[in-house]
Parts: sequence; structure tokens; C-alpha cells
Amino acid sequence: MPRSSVSFPGSSYPLHLAVALDGVGWHPAAWREQRARPDALFTARYWADLVATAESGLLDFVTIEDSLSLQSTLPDGPDGRIDRVRGRLDAVLIASRVAPLTRHIGLVPTATTTHTEPFHIAKAIATLDHVSEGRAGWRVQVSRPAENRHFGRREVGPVSLTAPEGPGVRAYVEEHFAEAEDFVEVARRLWDSWEDDAEIRDAATGRFVDRARLHTIDFEGRWFRVRGPGIVPRPPQGQPLVTLLAHGSLPYRLGARSADVIYTTPHDEDDVRAVVAEIRAAQEEAGRADTTLHVFADVVVLLGETRAAAEERAARLAERAGEPFTSDAPIFVGTASALADTLLEWQRAGLTGYRLRPAVLPDDLEAVVGALVPELRRRGVFRGSYAPESLRARLGLPRPANRYATANRPATAAR
Amino acid sequence: MTEPAQPRKRIILGAFLSGVNHHTLWSAPQAGSQIAFSSFRHLARTAERGRFDFFFLAEGLALRERLGRVFDQDVVGRPDTLPVLAALAAVTEHLGLVGTLNTTFNEPYELARQLSSLDHLSGGRAGWNVVTSFDAFTGQNFRRGGYLHRDDRYVRADEFLAATHRLWDTWAKDAIVADKETGRFLNRSDGDGGGDGGVGAFAFAGEQFDISGHFTTPRSPQGRPVILQAGVSPGGRDFAVRRSDAIFSPFHHLDEAREFYRDIQRRAARAGRPPGAVKVLPSASFVLGDSEADAVERHRHIARQQVTGRTAQILLETVWNRDLSGYDPDGPLPDIDPDPDGPPVIEGRARIHQDAHRTVAEWRQLAEANGYSLRDLAIHVFGRTEFVGTPQQVADQLDAFVQNDGSDGFILGSHLTPTGLDEFVDRVVPLLQERGALRTEYTGATLRENLGLPDPTPTPAQHPTP
Ligand SMILES: Cc1cc2nc3c(=O)[nH]c(=O)nc-3n(C[C@H](O)[C@H](O)[C@H](O)COP(=O)(O)O)c2cc1C
Repeated sequence: MPRSSVSFPGSSYPLHLAVALDGVGWHPAAWREQRARPDALFTARYWADLVATAESGLLDFVTIEDSLSLQSTLPDGPDGRIDRVRGRLDAVLIASRVAPLTRHIGLVPTATTTHTEPFHIAKAIATLDHVSEGRAGWRVQVSRPAENRHFGRREVGPVSLTAPEGPGVRAYVEEHFAEAEDFVEVARRLWDSWEDDAEIRDAATGRFVDRARLHTIDFEGRWFRVRGPGIVPRPPQGQPLVTLLAHGSLPYRLGARSADVIYTTPHDEDDVRAVVAEIRAAQEEAGRADTTLHVFADVVVLLGETRAAAEERAARLAERAGEPFTSDAPIFVGTASALADTLLEWQRAGLTGYRLRPAVLPDDLEAVVGALVPELRRRGVFRGSYAPESLRARLGLPRPANRYATANRPATAAR
Repeated sequence: MTEPAQPRKRIILGAFLSGVNHHTLWSAPQAGSQIAFSSFRHLARTAERGRFDFFFLAEGLALRERLGRVFDQDVVGRPDTLPVLAALAAVTEHLGLVGTLNTTFNEPYELARQLSSLDHLSGGRAGWNVVTSFDAFTGQNFRRGGYLHRDDRYVRADEFLAATHRLWDTWAKDAIVADKETGRFLNRSDGDGGGDGGVGAFAFAGEQFDISGHFTTPRSPQGRPVILQAGVSPGGRDFAVRRSDAIFSPFHHLDEAREFYRDIQRRAARAGRPPGAVKVLPSASFVLGDSEADAVERHRHIARQQVTGRTAQILLETVWNRDLSGYDPDGPLPDIDPDPDGPPVIEGRARIHQDAHRTVAEWRQLAEANGYSLRDLAIHVFGRTEFVGTPQQVADQLDAFVQNDGSDGFILGSHLTPTGLDEFVDRVVPLLQERGALRTEYTGATLRENLGLPDPTPTPAQHPTP
């Protein structure tokens, strides 16, 4: 794994592009489109094809959506609908399954921090990083209240997300993001619990590891204690990429303290400025002003060769869905060239990249790769080939020093 | 050995990546990485070339310690099981992918979902070796801690399996129609799993788990991944015959292996399992030579590298539970009694059920009868089933072990990662194929089919409320 030199957003290829893969796309009627493959959704081949397409477009990374509950149009549990895609496979395992079939693209699965074990998720993402030789990331996600019953291990009381302003909701969200922060901290410590050179294979002394370079993490918090060290040697990237989707101040603060990439959902340029300013302030407050923290916007994309063609697609999809398309993220309907205009304008307002959510798969992913990427390259803002580098390096993030590295060394060995 | 009266059994073979144990010779010049994916790929592809049934990974959820310090003599560190198996599904086509996963430090909803996902992503090749390690030492890495009493771990494991079966059965085989014309993605809005309805609905209420809601993952190609079990106490055996398709056994001498095999057949029959429904697969390894003398010499050399004097002391410490570093490895067995109830000397190593005092008494007899030193004894009792000889001899021995009901096959490791299996596949496999003891091509579409196990599609009666 090359430890490539540090480059910062804004240097050579300033725009970062990721794609968010979910089912047959983000539009509820996407599965009925001619080229959609809803019957293949639960096969490895389906995911391998999508990620190969994304890689052919030289994208930075793909994310893979996941959740510990069934998709629903209702906030509080299943909706019983039979006209929408339902069911998912574990995203970490999808990412692992496609890793040997790809070479460059980053793989960023979703994994939930509520109910699950930080030790398990830390080793899963570390292993994805080993298997992909330095291309792993993690989209951190907290549970919805309905998932509580799936584990039956904690009392949350009645919390309904149908009343988002209710007092219970605020407490729920605060608590779960605080837990997520501890969770990420444990994962980061476990990734560092092995120093890079812990494995010595010293036949002379019969020692496989130098145990002075293995560290307990001794984390104690409100939700868990974790002793460590981890069982997986330090991942190739040192710290795999930590990312999260954030819609408000609370998750912005979590991202500012713990993440490498925050996905946001601003709706216009002013909104971009406000969101970025808030995150940068939180970053400073967290003492991470000198750290590279990417602020991406999520944009749902529904593309066409002409604007009319795109709108026609949108109309057809809306009719099939029986309702207008809404999303937490901005929805772009139009040509790749107009999309490029918007992306660059918003970038000037402070974003460092985008996570595009294709409305229909594979159609809009192919449009991103076949039309948007060439357009951005024509404008000189996107790479023309992959460099042999880790995902972190591609995003201008240094390979971090190990927090435990010098702690146990004799003074002479340090530095 | 007597001639087998039964028709010839086909030998089941699993390939075991030697990792965190004293069998793996990490300092040999050909020794490769225990963590790089290329090692796993090499071994899995070799196993598939040899038409093995499955690839197998063990699990250890804490680095092992001796007297409070990380144990540094053996290989240390391993990847997470499920992501490696999912990645191996990309570089193999037919090979089963079996992971050891613990029921104490996992939750049914999450694990059922991961195993079902692996089954989907491998086209029906997933297997789960259920283990019940429960020690408080390992528990320090987990939310739940080490709360489980030794006697309760099979209670939890049993309910865990019942709960995962419930979850795997929530989606009917034909739940997804994905009819673009009519706009129907799901067949029906109701599910089969109970609870409050809808696809994936389930409810399970027991003493260990009280869970309900909706499972996210459609029924996988095998319906239920193949279940293996490792654990040999009476409770472990009863759990195994009730819940598993195969047992990973530690018995490696033919006499004790046959006794275990008979015991499992008896228990399985009592539990209402048809003959042959529960396979027994001991861990085993092999050493080949061009002549018998050559193989024996190689074996001696390898065994002495695996069990150095220091390693021998430590292996005996796992039973004595005392610091034995002061005893000469080439001298007699320690004359003190074991201290099974004292503070643990070794932590994080899977404990095989045994009575320390009785075991030590047996070992003393064994050492006396054979003139074994401390180290000789460790080599003898902590080895695996060792098949040593020319390729022809090893093929004969493996076949005889199985045909004489020592087992139904083996989970085969070697002393070298990742190339140790190469010569077995090149030299022994063709001989076994020649005599019809091993397949020449895969015939089943799934691991379950390749193992000759029945389709586990449940009937409603199989889900009584616990
Ligand atoms: C052959 C064999 C392999 C085992 N492998 C593992 C393993 O990889 N990881 C683990 O945590 N426990 C492992 N175990 C431990 C068992 O799950 C169990 O905790 C232990 O055998 C005690 O159960 P018992 O009292 O029924 O024998 C293994 C046991 C046996 C017999």
C-alpha cells in the first residue's frame, strides 16, 4: 500500500465524487424501469456490476445503504406496501464481496452503531480495508426506534418519529448520536491498537509480535466498556474513512469531532454556505481546524440527454409511483452539463465533493459515468485516471500517526 | 482394521487456514501472511481445485494472554471472519464458506442477517460453526461483558439457533415477484413469521431473547446456512445433535474418535435425526514424504518445531493452570497437581471440556507407559489427527479412518500458510478420487447439496413457540 503524499482538496483534482448505491435506485418506482434488475437485487453479480460501472467512471468511492429495519414510507415501522422494493443484504458483506473484483474505487458500506458491538464493526471495517488493500470506509448510522424490538435489549420508551419536534425525539436523537460518537472513538482506538510494525516474526527470540507495540484501549463510557487490543492488525490506511450523513446541528457536531467526510443536504447556494460555516465552526470548536474534513452534498440525480428527456423520465416515474418524488436531499432533474454547472457553483460556496444518489439504477449511474464525468473532465476539474493510492490519499487525507505509537517506547526509540 | 461392512462413505473435506495456534510455523522461509487476502485466496482456490467441500475459519475475539500479557509465541492477529468469507465468494465458485461465530457475543437479528447475506452473496455456500466460548476475559471487549454462566451458554446457544431459524424462515421462497407490469414487488403483504404481519414479520419470545419486528433479508439460496458445532461436553453434544448438520470434533486418535462417533449417532437417533444427518469432522493434518521413512522424519521435524520446549510448557499450562516455565521440557511431567480453580494462567484460548485432575492422571500414565518427556507428551496430545506417509499411505489412512467410522471426513489444516495444502491437492486428492472416496466434480449447487444434506424448508410445525 503506497503511503501517498498528502494532497489537499483543491489541489490537483479538486472535485470529489461518490455515488450512493441503494437497491435499484433512490426513486420509489425505479425498479419498474426497463433496465432495472429488481429480480437480481440479492445477487452478488448485481452489486459487482454496479461497482464496476462506478469504477469505470473513476469515482472516488461508492457508499452502500443499509439499515437494521425494513424500508418504509412511514417513520415508525413497516408500511406493509407491496409496490416498493423491500429487503436488503448486509452492506459490509456486499462491499467485501466486490472488493476482490475492483482495484481502485473506495468501498464505504453503512453500519449501524446502535445495538451492535463496536468491537465487531471495527474489525469488520478493518478487514474490509485489508481485503481491499486500503479502500475501506464506513458510513456511520444510528438506529430508528423501531429497530429496538429487533434486539430487545434496551428500554427506549415510546418514541415516535412522526412528531419530530416532540421532546422524546430530541432526547432519543441526542442519546443515539452520543453513543455513535463513543462508538467511533472505540473503533478508531481499536484500529490503532496495533502499531504498524507490531508483527516482528523474530525467529531468534521466538516472538511473532512485539507486545510493546500492542495496546489495550481501555475505553469506558456510558454504553460500553471495551478493553482491546483489537484482533485485526492495523488496517492498511491506518484509519479507514469515517463518514456520516447529517441533517442538523447535532450530527454536524458529531461529524466535526469524529468523521472524515460529512454528507449534507443543502437546498441552494445560501444553504450550502450556512451548512459549511456551521460545520467549519464546529470543527474549530472540536480542535480539528487543521484536519481535513470533507463536506459533501448529497444530490439525487435524474439525468437525460436533454432537459425535456430528463423531465419526461421524472414524469413517468412519478406516475408509476403514484405520487411526486420527495427526498431529504436536493433532487436534480436535467442534463449532465447543467448538473456540472450546479455542482461547481455549490463547490465555490464551500463544498469539497458530492455523493450522488442515482434515481434509477443502472440508468443514472451510467449517466454519471458516461456524461457527467466526461463533462467535468472537459472542464478540467476531475481526474483522468486513478492513481495507485489509498482511499484516504485520494481524498487528501494523510495516513494518520498511531495515537499509541510512542507511548510505550523507550525515549531513544521515539523519533 | 476390520473391513467396513457399510457401503463406502465419501470423505467430506474442509480446509482450515492455520492461524492463531501452535501448528502454524510462522518462521519457516515459505511462511506467508496470516492477514493478507492473497493468503486466503490461495488456500481457498487450492481447496476448490481439490474439490473440497468447504473452507473454514476459526474465531478468537480477544488476543490470547498468558499471565496477563499478550501471548507472543504463536501467530497473533486474524481478520474478521464474515468479510473474508464474503470476499472469498468472489474468487471461488463452488467451495463452501464456513465461519466460526460465537453465540455469546452476538445477537440473533444481526448475525442471522449477516449469514443470510453471505448465503445470498455466495450463491448458497454459507456455513456457520456455532461456538459458545463465554469467558469473562473475552467479554471485556463487548457490551454484554462476561456475564454468562458456564451452564447457561448452551441454553443461550439453543435459543439463539431457534431465533435465527425463525428469522431465516420469515420470508417465503416466493416472497418477491418484482413484476414490473403490475407494479407488484412483493407477493403478499402478510408474512409467515408471526408478529404483527407484513413481509419479514417475526416474533420470538424465550428466556434469553424476547424479540419481534421485521427481518430485512429475503430467504437465501440454502434457506438456512449449514450449521456446524464445536464443543464436546454432554450439553454440547446434545445441542449438536439437535441443531447442527455437522460437528467439528477434537478427537484425533481412532479409538476415541470411534467412541465419539458412536455416541453422536446414538444421541442423534434419540433426538429423532435420521442416520447420517449429523456429520462428524475432526481437525486433522498430514505430512507427506517420498518414502515412509522420509515422511516420518519430516513429521518429527515439523512436530518439534511446532511444539518447542517453551510451547510444550504453555500447552500443559492450559490444563494445569499453573506457571510451568520452571519445568524442564525434556524432563518428566510436573509433579504438582493442577489448579483448575485458580486464577487463569492462559486467557482467550478456546477451552475444550475436560476434568483437569483426570486429564493429568491420564497423561501421567501415558508418559510413564511410553517414556514421554514433558515435551513428548505435549507433542502427542496437542497434535491433530496426523496422517503421515507417502501420498498413497495417507490416502489409505484417511479412507480407512472414515470407512471405520472414525468420522465422516476431516477439517484439514497444515503447518504452512497459505501453501501447505498444495501438495495434498496435487498428490493425495487424485488418489482419493481414483478410488471414489472424493468427488471429481462438484455436483450440487449449494454447500448443503454438496454435503448431501436435506432441504431445510420448514413446515409450520417446526416453529412451536419456545
Ligand atoms: C474442535 C473445536 C474447535 C473449536 N473452535 C473454536 C473457535 O474457533 N473459537 C471459539 O471461540 N471456540 C472454539 N471452540 C470452543 C467451543 O465452542 C466451546 O466453547 C468449548 O469447546 C467448550 O464447550 P464444551 O464444554 O461443550 O466442550 C472449539 C471447540 C472444539 C472442540
